Amino acid sequence: MSGPSDYQPSNPALQWIERRLPIFGLIHSSFVAYPTPRNLNYWWTFGAILSFMLGMQILTGVILAMHYTPNADLAFKSVELIVRDVNYGWLLRNMHAVGASMFFVAVYVHMFRGLYYGSYKEPREVLWILGVIIYLLMMATGFMGYVLPWGQMSFWGATVITNLFSAVPYVGDSIVTLLWGGYSVGNPTLNRFFSLHYLLPFVIAGVVVLHVWALHVAGQNNPDGVEPKTEKDTVPFTPHATIKDMFGVACFMLLYAWFIFYMPNYLGDADNYIPANPGVTPPHIVPEWYYLPFYAILRSIPNKLAGVIAMFGAIIILCFLPWLDAAKTKSSKYRPLAKQFFWIFVAVCILLGYLGAQPPEGIYVIAGRVLTVCYFAYFLIVLPLLARIEKPRPVPNSISDAVLAKTGSRSTPMVSTAIVLALAGSLFAGSIDSAKASEGSDTPPGNKWSFSGPFGTFDRGALQRGLKVYKEVCSSCHGLSYIAFRNLAEAGGPGYSVAQAAAFASEYKVKDGPNDAGDMFERPGRPADYFPSPFPNEQAARAANGGAAPPDLSLITKARSYKRGFPWFIFDVFTQYQEQGPDYVAALLQGYEEKVPEGVTIPEGSYYNKYFPGHAIKMPKPISDGQVTYDDGSPTTVAQYAKDVTTFLMWTAEPHMEARKSLGFQVFVFLIIFVGLMYFTKKKVWAASH
Amino acid sequence: MNPDASTIAAGAPIEVDLSPIAEGQDIKVFWRGKPIYISHRTKKQIEEARAVNVASLPDPQTDEARVKSGHEQWLVVIGICTHLGCIPIAHEGSYDGFFCPCHGSVYDTSGRIRQGPAPSNLPVPPYQFVSDTKIQIG
Repeated sequence: MSGPSDYQPSNPALQWIERRLPIFGLIHSSFVAYPTPRNLNYWWTFGAILSFMLGMQILTGVILAMHYTPNADLAFKSVELIVRDVNYGWLLRNMHAVGASMFFVAVYVHMFRGLYYGSYKEPREVLWILGVIIYLLMMATGFMGYVLPWGQMSFWGATVITNLFSAVPYVGDSIVTLLWGGYSVGNPTLNRFFSLHYLLPFVIAGVVVLHVWALHVAGQNNPDGVEPKTEKDTVPFTPHATIKDMFGVACFMLLYAWFIFYMPNYLGDADNYIPANPGVTPPHIVPEWYYLPFYAILRSIPNKLAGVIAMFGAIIILCFLPWLDAAKTKSSKYRPLAKQFFWIFVAVCILLGYLGAQPPEGIYVIAGRVLTVCYFAYFLIVLPLLARIEKPRPVPNSISDAVLAKTGSRSTPMVSTAIVLALAGSLFAGSIDSAKASEGSDTPPGNKWSFSGPFGTFDRGALQRGLKVYKEVCSSCHGLSYIAFRNLAEAGGPGYSVAQAAAFASEYKVKDGPNDAGDMFERPGRPADYFPSPFPNEQAARAANGGAAPPDLSLITKARSYKRGFPWFIFDVFTQYQEQGPDYVAALLQGYEEKVPEGVTIPEGSYYNKYFPGHAIKMPKPISDGQVTYDDGSPTTVAQYAKDVTTFLMWTAEPHMEARKSLGFQVFVFLIIFVGLMYFTKKKVWAASH
Repeated sequence: MNPDASTIAAGAPIEVDLSPIAEGQDIKVFWRGKPIYISHRTKKQIEEARAVNVASLPDPQTDEARVKSGHEQWLVVIGICTHLGCIPIAHEGSYDGFFCPCHGSVYDTSGRIRQGPAPSNLPVPPYQFVSDTKIQIG
């Protein structure tokens, strides 16, 4: 894309095409011969990583769309059916959902890199603004994608975000009606979001082409911020940048695969495994993590319109960055003050993200306001001021000078490290205080589960016993509507044979019809049938149970969670702890106490449960010692029942968990070998250039 | 992209029978996909709503203007928080009215905003009494 190419293919067929459409010349000049600065570090591989992620999202998304149903009544179920029944559907869904988060991880690194090395400065202003546009499009796409599973967080996230536009004076309400296609978030909203979610990634791809075009006209910036002057300053794109980017992408895939195979729900919200209910607002609405800093800015301003303006302003201000920061020196490497403020700004963004996930009360509101001021001050005060008062260190004459000097001294960013550490420390201290303050309900005790960890498998005995407990106890009130009898005979499940599953199914009466006479009739269950629900509809369930409908248990271990708090949620990424749901369910079953502690009042018709949020639960103590007989000699205690039925419900929530973890291991073995090979290939290619 | 004909048709007025709602209770009905709270207020709640100095409210409005005269015990409001559209919980919060769990807005027994980020009172939907125990919303 940098001018006409003199490239001539040697193959006559290619020459024939090249004379009519010079596409090979274009590719050659853009991605083969294109000169790239020889001092680029690994932060520059994130452009390639982002292209890879966009490709992944489009590929997995197109396949998912073949199986997804954009209808308010069917969307939630269709997503569950993708995960349960479509071949490798669980993998596709995890890749797509985790992929969105990874896309944002990469884009934030990419943006902070641009900020640190001054990649937005002359002559790269348009390149930078195109990037901000891509980022905005990504946010819109991500938001609409999150709505599609039509869980509680999808629905209420959509409600809160679309309501932002009602803050616009005079025309706000009309805009919101236009977005909804109705009088509230509903089926028309889901349909248009699906349409736009399919469209926008291709718009992003289009703007990415412009972004790359602008990049190849202006040339890449580099860590020293001096433009290449001679041929000594650059290396050809292929093989140097190509192989380095591939190594970067491979490393990034390790992180990506870690979440896909071992922590697929870590970045999501448990509430999104509850189907959307327009009548119930979840107690705490949180957007996806990548919007949290902006959500914190929105909430920290007490006026609605001003809050919305501040939130959008926080992104739009990036467009003006090239003119706000007038400093001549590009790279913060040579700007001692800008470097410190950059790291403070990074810390401010992370803290704002943390606050965005906290309830809007007390110290969090004040901290949010202070940090919002800091955020804007960085752009409006610090950067313009630094351009005037800062005395930058001298920049090297050329890139090759910088590369040669690199072998010498290397200063450590002491001050900024200290600042980041101090901030992390105060965050830690603050969270302990808040944890003490919010002892509303007890934290469920951790359990040792056979299915936890990277090699976890289900204990077949526990699954079979848990099924018995479900059938004899839970099933009188709770449905299990996503599980079919055939699932009982599938690999990774309770380990029954096909004949056993069929026999199990035939014990159930299933409603079918209409027959030739137009009547509904009952027949024995078949393996393809789903577990029948105890109540025909939610209203019946509600009426029969004192106003509280017993939830369907298929997804309960994924739909329940409790707050882990800082710093545990960071450790969990490494320990792969993700059993909050099972721990909670098991604790709840054992959390009934006859004696209500002082200061707690339990309304009539409710029962005291130590682990239930608010302690007043409508479900009476469901199970007691000796209630269900076990054939295999396991103890018939409540503790054992709780453990078995929770294991069973973990399987119903994710029947392909064993496949996920075993494929994960294979992928990791492959990726680690691949990364190693890439590293040594890269070293070989760059040997002469360093 | 505005609502289609069937959506508009489904948004036609609805009639609600008030006789089963005892004093101090409330029900939630859906109209145009929006939850409408119908509260049968107690004497104490009405007094609380009327004792307030109207000028001191964030969105000044008298209780009289928010209910139909002769039917002061009935409060009919759209149960959508005017901040960002969550559904407030009835009989919660420090004013015995509504409390929004999302961002902590508190409404009083007349559905007026008293505390928190919401800019205005819970809106009163268009409705009239067809008889003493029946209203038509819409």
